[in-house]
Amino acid sequence: MTGRESAKGGQKPLLSLRNINMTFGGVKALKHVSFDVLPGDVHCLAGENGSGKSTLIKIITGVYRPQDGAVIEFDGQTYSHMSPVTAQNSGIQVIWQDLALFPEMTVAENITFQTLLGRWPRFVNYNGMREKAVKALARLGVTLDVDRPLKDYAIAQRQIVAIARALVGEAKLVFMDEPTASLTQSETDRLLDIVRTLSASGVAVVFVSHRLAEVLEISSRLTVLRDGALVGVYSTEGMTQSRITELMTGKTFDQTVRARDVSANPVVLEVEGLCRPGQFVDISFTVRRGETLGITGLLGAGRTELALSLFGMLKPWSGTVKLEGKPVHFASNRDAIAAGIAYLSEDRLSLGLIQPQSIADNLVIASLDKIAASGLLSDGRKRDLVAQWIADLGVKVGKQEDAISTLSGGNQQRIAIAKWLATDPKLLILDAPTVGVDVGARAGIFDIVAKLAQTGLAIILISDEVPEVYFNADRVLHMAKGRVVNQFLPADRSLAEIEAAVYA
Amino acid sequence: MRKVVQSHATEFALFVVIAIISIVLSFITDRFFSLGNAFDLLNTSSVNIIFAVGLLVVLIAGGIDISFAVAASVVQYVAALVLGWMGGGGWISGLLIAGALGVLLGAINAFLIHKFRIISIVATIATFNIYFGLLMFFTRGVSIYNLPDWLTSRVVLFEREMADGSWIEVTLPVLVMLICVVATWVFITRTTTGRQLYAFGDNPEGARRFGINIGAMQFIAFGWLGLMAGIGGLIQAHYAQEVVPNALYGRELDVLAAVVLGGARLGGGKGSVLGCVLGVLLISITQNGLNLAGVSPYAFKMIVGAIILVAITLSNTSIEKLLPFMRQVEGRK
Amino acid sequence: MTAILNRIRTGLGPDMAGPGFALIAVLVVFSLASPQFFSRATFGSVAFQLPELGLLTLAMLLPVLTGGLNLAITFTANIAGLTVAWVLQQNGGADAGPFAFLLGALLGVGVGALSGVVMGLVIAYTRAHPILVSLSMMIFLRGLGEFLTRGGDVSGFPAFLQPLGHGSILGFPIPLLVFIGCVLIWHVLLTRMKLGFNTYMIGSNIEAARYSGVNTRKVLVLVYTLSGAMCAIAGIIMLARFNSVRVGHGESYLLITVLACFLGGVNPFGGFGRVIPVAVALVVLQLLSSGLNILGANQHLATAVWGILLITVMILRFAAGHFKSLKRKKG
Repeated sequence: MTGRESAKGGQKPLLSLRNINMTFGGVKALKHVSFDVLPGDVHCLAGENGSGKSTLIKIITGVYRPQDGAVIEFDGQTYSHMSPVTAQNSGIQVIWQDLALFPEMTVAENITFQTLLGRWPRFVNYNGMREKAVKALARLGVTLDVDRPLKDYAIAQRQIVAIARALVGEAKLVFMDEPTASLTQSETDRLLDIVRTLSASGVAVVFVSHRLAEVLEISSRLTVLRDGALVGVYSTEGMTQSRITELMTGKTFDQTVRARDVSANPVVLEVEGLCRPGQFVDISFTVRRGETLGITGLLGAGRTELALSLFGMLKPWSGTVKLEGKPVHFASNRDAIAAGIAYLSEDRLSLGLIQPQSIADNLVIASLDKIAASGLLSDGRKRDLVAQWIADLGVKVGKQEDAISTLSGGNQQRIAIAKWLATDPKLLILDAPTVGVDVGARAGIFDIVAKLAQTGLAIILISDEVPEVYFNADRVLHMAKGRVVNQFLPADRSLAEIEAAVYA
Repeated sequence: MRKVVQSHATEFALFVVIAIISIVLSFITDRFFSLGNAFDLLNTSSVNIIFAVGLLVVLIAGGIDISFAVAASVVQYVAALVLGWMGGGGWISGLLIAGALGVLLGAINAFLIHKFRIISIVATIATFNIYFGLLMFFTRGVSIYNLPDWLTSRVVLFEREMADGSWIEVTLPVLVMLICVVATWVFITRTTTGRQLYAFGDNPEGARRFGINIGAMQFIAFGWLGLMAGIGGLIQAHYAQEVVPNALYGRELDVLAAVVLGGARLGGGKGSVLGCVLGVLLISITQNGLNLAGVSPYAFKMIVGAIILVAITLSNTSIEKLLPFMRQVEGRK
Repeated sequence: MTAILNRIRTGLGPDMAGPGFALIAVLVVFSLASPQFFSRATFGSVAFQLPELGLLTLAMLLPVLTGGLNLAITFTANIAGLTVAWVLQQNGGADAGPFAFLLGALLGVGVGALSGVVMGLVIAYTRAHPILVSLSMMIFLRGLGEFLTRGGDVSGFPAFLQPLGHGSILGFPIPLLVFIGCVLIWHVLLTRMKLGFNTYMIGSNIEAARYSGVNTRKVLVLVYTLSGAMCAIAGIIMLARFNSVRVGHGESYLLITVLACFLGGVNPFGGFGRVIPVAVALVVLQLLSSGLNILGANQHLATAVWGILLITVMILRFAAGHFKSLKRKKG
């Protein structure tokens, strides 16, 4: 249970936590958690949002102080708690999901940022910083222009800069918080190579994530947390994403393929030869009434760009789009909405919903005409409309006037879906609708999707998680490098086959 | 070369614009393109440049300050009173008093911003009204004309008559301005604390995670601007040879426009001393040139306003569009 | 009964706490300090002084709600006033008829709106920071005004304009009625119209609003246009009050309008804020300066006290937020 047994060959752990307890405002965030990492180990720490994994990292890095009785052993020293300074000095580094980099500063400054710290002013040694930075990048087998500002580089290179920064800090243990979330496949592969290099040189790496498919193969062990308690420590040998999901949620999802045959229904959307050079080429497909079309593919395959082109926010260079048989050209997404197309953004936090504003306002923003009476907006109509949607989609809310940010991810997503349903769409494009939604709440979202399809709505479901489209779509398009490379009917194929094709 | 131009696009663009304006003006007027005029320009721009480099530090740290110009007025007035009460004083004591008072007023802003989490524009609009209201209330708007002799007599550090008959001179304000500019440059580009300020303005949350002392950053940034405001205030009194309580009222927005024209970003993390100086110079060169070209003084500000409006519009439609060779190769952001 | 109370409570809203508290404090303090405070004269002077600052604050409010700022408001008002003065002078100066004034007022509002359109277009299409755009517009308009007037006054208006600045209807000063009318229009705009709804949404997150089908550029241009038009109304009232136009009239109001917005509970980052609390905040500011006046202080001290009031309210808000989060942690 505690993972002691799996300490390979009796090797002494680099980091060993015992009896970690943490309480926030009466809520137990961590209950008697223990956690071990071996030197040079590549370890996965998995758990849903709110399972306590980020609290655990913050305790290890000294941001939080655990309750009395905690024992933290790192590299032969024993502590009752860490401080940010001791954690960094003793070789613990975190690469946060947002990377905590400084875009306007140079690559060299970012990598050697530690040397700029300190209370009293000193003169900056730019030559020394440059040398150190180049050396750190060389250890990773990367060359970047260290004098360029970081903002000139894309996210994947920025992540490498963050790793290089950890190396300069003489890291013995590196935590990577959701490292692959915004990387394309080739970038992920490169990251994994770098992690192998690190591990070979004796640096232990812990991946902190709820999606571990990519990193499973190079990791040796897996620790799972649920509701602030340790579920167990497992060998990654033979471990699958679905097994991890079961462990994280404590539920088994016996998913069934929902695909139906809708080929007799009239066509809603017909796309032919759509091109936007550099993003997607020669895309043709149709979506029928009541059909759920899945589009999958890795990040950078052009899925979101395709969706934005259908939604009028990007202009395709060539090709035609027909809606119910009539060719359409959208000057903006307002035209698309008026024509009956709705698009649920993949980035719910910054594009999908207006986080500080109320639940009610977020719901009605796209359909203000519905709550207007003789030109003026009516509070009564707004309240009724919102109440109706909240009931229809089973959203758990306190008051309609509460900020949308007070809702859980799953409930926020329901409001976002309701916002679009209120515009009476003919076609609903769902772009990664389960991002940031707890595994347990995802099924609820897909139940709604299935119900909507039954009412005749045409749906495009975009996801980079193959199982999602496999179980929930009637037909699946596989996109890669801007092209549709294949089409599957879930009924005819096994999940493993399709996963192998997409992740290959 | 291309790399230098790329990383200093704003400064380069400003330089080109200044060069073009200068060439045009030197054709229109015969007096513009003379060394004497150039030094005149420096003399008259000194105070604004001192203010500008101070404000630059606050902008880099992600703040904004509306109150510094009236703070400078308060410093002028109080310093004049203190010096009179001390029975004279001199440049050293004058600068020390002015600097210390300025730092104090800046620290009040930093205290409100840090301690009570009031955002800087709200806090400094409040202190703007407090400083100015109290100054006008206690002084009843009365100016001070009998300043100590050392403060009002012109200090010429270097003068020479040129072959073309124009007279060049370097006065004390120019020297003080140069010291302030170099000190600010060294501070923000060559010291660890200066780089911490950039980092804090660029990504406050990231800076916090590295254990950078956020409160100290606020006090340093607003303290530096306070110091510059104090020094600038004293120099302005020296230059004008009088202390008028509302003389600097409204200067804050002019300086802000010049600093932002020089490439500093509202929101922090970006801006250079060179750009900031060029921003001030662009405005004074334009005014000076229009003056020499015989344009009505009432039209200056209109033209300057139009230039800034166009410059801001163009700089936001991105310089890369206008100068294609600067386009970045790896343009994915 | 409780329904009515609830209605009142939601109508007042949490953003009413700051200005409401300040209003009561000001009334109590001054009525204790001076017996003359509760008099017709005090409220009369408040009623006549409030509208200029109030109209300019309304002009500032809309841009602040979108997360911006309009620093050009005072000079837009001056330029609009100049436009009216010019039309009047072209039509006989002091002998100009009401029709000339009407034409001038229309033209003035048009000129004010035009300055807003230019700023709105630049802000909406180049994404330049509103502070910079309106700042350069301010410098431009100030220069333009000084160029046109050579720094002097323009005066000599027909007598029938007198009541617009100094007259009363049923005991209510006409400028105050204009202000109340504008407050109501703004209130309806912000609570009952699509433009108002979208203004708040843009203020919180412009990109998310765009993804939801809001025409963000149109909203921004309209917001600055309305702001400019409201400046023009302020400019016309100022013309009637002073019986002259001078570039620089009301210049000191610029930052006071921002102060009034924040005092009225408007979020400095945009997205939240209502008209009524801002109007109450304006009343507080004017009562303060009238009260101080009775006690023998001048406007400058009042300005300083305004600043102190803003800081006090911000500190109290901070403390209230702190207290609330402490309570939540314990509960």
